[in-house]
Amino acid sequence: MGTFFLHLFWAGLVGGLFCLIAQLLIDYTALTPARILVLYVVAGVVLGALGLFTPLKNLAGAGATVPLIGFGGNIAEGVRDAVDTSGLLGVMTGPLTAAAAGTTAALVFSYLAAILFSSKPKTQ
Amino acid sequence: MEKKEYGKLVKRRASRSPALKNCLAAFFVGGGICILGQCLTELWVALGLDLKTAGTVTTIVLVFLAALLTGIGVFDRIARFAGAGTLVPVTGFANAVVSPAIDNKSEGLLLGVGAKIFTVAGPVLLFGTLAGVVWGLIYYIFTLFVR
Amino acid sequence: MQQVITLARPVGIFAYAAAGGKEEAAGPLGASLDFTDGSDRFGQKTWELSESELSHQVLALALGRANLSHKEISFLFSGDLQNQCVASSIGHLETEIPFVGIYGACSTCTEGLLLASLTLSACENSPIAAAVTTSHNSAAERQFRTPVEYGGQRPPTAQWTATAGGAFLLKKDAAGAQIVRVMVGVMKDGGISDPFNMGAAMAPAAAASISSYLSLTNTKPDDYDAIVTGDLGDEGSELLKILLKKQNIDLSKNHLDCGTLLYNLKEKDVHAGASGCGCSAAVLAAKFLPALEAGEYRKILFLSTGALMSPSSVLQGKTILGVAPVIELHAPKR
Repeated sequence: MGTFFLHLFWAGLVGGLFCLIAQLLIDYTALTPARILVLYVVAGVVLGALGLFTPLKNLAGAGATVPLIGFGGNIAEGVRDAVDTSGLLGVMTGPLTAAAAGTTAALVFSYLAAILFSSKPKTQ
Repeated sequence: MEKKEYGKLVKRRASRSPALKNCLAAFFVGGGICILGQCLTELWVALGLDLKTAGTVTTIVLVFLAALLTGIGVFDRIARFAGAGTLVPVTGFANAVVSPAIDNKSEGLLLGVGAKIFTVAGPVLLFGTLAGVVWGLIYYIFTLFVR
Repeated sequence: MQQVITLARPVGIFAYAAAGGKEEAAGPLGASLDFTDGSDRFGQKTWELSESELSHQVLALALGRANLSHKEISFLFSGDLQNQCVASSIGHLETEIPFVGIYGACSTCTEGLLLASLTLSACENSPIAAAVTTSHNSAAERQFRTPVEYGGQRPPTAQWTATAGGAFLLKKDAAGAQIVRVMVGVMKDGGISDPFNMGAAMAPAAAASISSYLSLTNTKPDDYDAIVTGDLGDEGSELLKILLKKQNIDLSKNHLDCGTLLYNLKEKDVHAGASGCGCSAAVLAAKFLPALEAGEYRKILFLSTGALMSPSSVLQGKTILGVAPVIELHAPKR
């Protein structure tokens, strides 16, 4: 049970820190949220490429995989595996295969939401 | 007044975001979402999934929750408080896909939703893919020499 | 050469109406709005049509108050924030009033009143003109910023596009508040490209218009009971005062801004205040015209402030230009 709570602690701490850094970038730089998301995904790919994503994931679990960094980290690891199995073709099949679950889920649930819900006015 | 001088005046006068409050909100909400993700992952593992699959299922569940909250019009209110706390987790990516889908329903479920669904999240997908391809090429060339 | 036009005969705003959405109904002027819709939808399926319906209904209400039908109106100057000001064209199609669609961003309300009064002044007879202005928060968010359900934080300098509208009926020598002088504004570029700081983008144009108007008419700020700007908000209002102070014009006593009057700025998450062309239209109809009629104000300058930009121009890094036409309103003669 102790390790379970330790996992939660590291997930919350690392995930929270990723969010905190992004918030600092929003509040103190001219970076817009859209640019920060791009930055995070690319940073995730770089972390994965440098082999740093796996140790981070082992430490923080969902704290590493749930933030968009994890999206990039998954892409990097997926590409590496794809190149290992299918060579140059893996360069083309790897990235989207690794991003498939999150992207497809977002597309499917978005379409369902578009059918089921309608736009509501913003509240102050 | 010169434009440059005016620009400086505007910057100096502009109210600042309440950074401390924003950062605390981002840390705790974002950390909370990751803790929820960790609980879910541990649950799937306990139910017999391997760790990688469990992580994937967790992503799908979080995307679903974000889509639902966006649909019922609650996500934007949480995000206004949480800032990067909901933006950075995969929930932010989901909201970025769901919100234009709902928004452009008025231009039709085929072309309105279809064409506009990636207006916000498109850059994330494009540059994630491009970065992956660049890394793949580097790794491929690397394997040619090392093996 | 910029000039102030003194109308040969004053034009009276003899009937008017103001409307708003959910947040406007909850604001300090909520009770003074003639009708509001808690869903912001005005019975329509899309936000764009909701704005059209708002534009249509607010004019219908003003006509009803004056016991007039649309057949008796000779000109309609109507504007909004949608691309090609389509909210106005769709909203007023069925009325068959001769129509001029106008776009002045948030300066539209003053622009419409100015054009209407000049058109009436050019007529030998005494026809009736209508001026209508609307904006809609959700329609504007979609068009200019992000999808309505998108979750993000707005910086403190950001303003809240009002879901609001105002309709005004004008006629030479009519009862009601009198338009006596008007001035077309000069566009100003303050070098601001941040779409979340519209007040700063518009303040230089407002300052230029006020300073020209005062010097061309040889008047001082104290000659007016109020100098009312459209939607500079908190940030823009302060900048306006600083800019004018440098020209030795003191606006500290009688400046009011419609953008700071529509919502409870302290309690609500609206940051720097309201914006959108419907804001100044609704505030004029809900607050300033009744106050002029009641004699609380004798003379005011009214200048809606427009931020001229498009989603593309902002993405292409172009600066946001400002413009501020001016009308001088007097209380009705007793």
